[in-house]
Amino acid sequence: MQKLLETLLIGVSTGSIYALMSLALVLVWRSTRVVNFAQAGQAMLSTYIGFEIASRSEIFWLGLACAITAGALLGAGVDFFFMRVLFKRAVSGPAVVVAPVIATLGLLGLIRSIVGLIWGGEFKSIEAPASKDGFTIGQTTIPFSALNLLIIATVSLILITLAIIFQRTNLGLSLRASAYAPEIAQLAGIKTARTRTIGWAIAGGVGGVAGMLVTSYNFLSPYSLDLLLVFGFIAAVIGGLESMVGSVIGALTLGIGLTFILNYIGTSLVFIGGFAVLVVVLLLKPDGIMARGKVRRA
Amino acid sequence: MSGLQVRALSVSHGAIQALRGVSFSVEVGQLAAVIGSNGAGKTTLLRALSGLNRPSSGSAQWNECEMLGARPDALVRRGISHVSEGKSVIPELSVKENLVLGGIWRSNKGDTNAAIAEVVELFPILGQRMSQSADTLSGGERQMLAIGRALVSRPKLLLLDEPSLGLAPLIIEQIFATIDQLRRKLGLTVVLVEQNAMSALEIADTGIIINLGEVVAFGKASELIDDPALRAAYLGY
Repeated sequence: MQKLLETLLIGVSTGSIYALMSLALVLVWRSTRVVNFAQAGQAMLSTYIGFEIASRSEIFWLGLACAITAGALLGAGVDFFFMRVLFKRAVSGPAVVVAPVIATLGLLGLIRSIVGLIWGGEFKSIEAPASKDGFTIGQTTIPFSALNLLIIATVSLILITLAIIFQRTNLGLSLRASAYAPEIAQLAGIKTARTRTIGWAIAGGVGGVAGMLVTSYNFLSPYSLDLLLVFGFIAAVIGGLESMVGSVIGALTLGIGLTFILNYIGTSLVFIGGFAVLVVVLLLKPDGIMARGKVRRA
Repeated sequence: MSGLQVRALSVSHGAIQALRGVSFSVEVGQLAAVIGSNGAGKTTLLRALSGLNRPSSGSAQWNECEMLGARPDALVRRGISHVSEGKSVIPELSVKENLVLGGIWRSNKGDTNAAIAEVVELFPILGQRMSQSADTLSGGERQMLAIGRALVSRPKLLLLDEPSLGLAPLIIEQIFATIDQLRRKLGLTVVLVEQNAMSALEIADTGIIINLGEVVAFGKASELIDDPALRAAYLGY
């Protein structure tokens, strides 16, 4: 019983970080129809910047704020300097579908090389903002730590903020309208190109938080966020790629599921487990768990 | 010259010339029906006027200001609203959100709320459905919502693309009656694109018949109803 509860709590903590990455991917997918593989690179570069600030100032939260800012600027930059140009040049044929995705892969490689040049390939670590030691209840110490709790709280705060922005503000309405029906949004007077860039900025900022949180209990290297990208992507697919709520539910499900595999079956199966979930979802519910049984209209 | 002046407007889709030197004018406060069969270029015309399509040549002026070359979001701010083909609402959003969208470009939310209240007065059914998803509306209600959204931006020139598309005959009659009332009440200038020629010409002041991308007849709506060009445009003889 205790092990079950521990697994669940750790699973939520892990899943909440996947949720951020997954949301970042969904936000970009909804607005631009591109699976942004560069998101891992953007998050990684933002995290390196956050790491620099956090280790110099010795204030984790200042590092986090800088990572969010850097992530947002990077996201907006990728859309403004790459995607806009790309969509202007590639207007017809297979290039339209393939070029943006390949471009994001290229960008991932580019960012990785730049980070390698500046910071080198060795592992870095950030002083965690809370204890990594598990809570002690009575005589027993559980693996769930203050850091885990802080991660869940931080992610919850970000999700609530995003929900308010998306559901309660004109910016949120513009973002949703531009994603669902860009042409109608434009006819209603929304500057859709600018709105899309803002969407990329939000995604980038959220990715930066994911990177900082993963790094707070792990190491940072030019490759350290790759797994996060993979799990974030799987979570987004579980949620149907379109739905922000779906991606969060997908991420929590995946986080809990993988932690169960880790605790009850074995470390070696975690990665396989992640892909098994992806395959099963794609075979059984290719539109994701949030699909309402009909194809989304234009 | 005030009103809408379209001169020698041409639009190409790749190698296909969809519109060839289209010219017509609409006086302020008048309703012009653009009619023609499927593929005649009616939708292309409206899309060029609202900035969704790039024309290859020609000009279109609204109250002596060039419209061509401006983006749709800029034209909305100048009082030109386009209700695109096929019940242009966003089904994933609520009725309220669809309406708010029409005024989202304003910095003053109060203006938008007042405009929404006016639209709800015009279409009381929308008032009862405010928090429902637009997905749940009937075809006629959706068309009212689409027009309502455009009205929230308080346009002076309204471009309507086939409001009757996919609606039952009784509902079509209602929609046309509503459009007629609206434009009189609000003093709107309307360009109404329709396949349903008779219904459109009945409420129109002027008619423009388009066939294969060219204007084949332009004149008083009441006279066009009997014009052989009308039959030719539809039946091909």
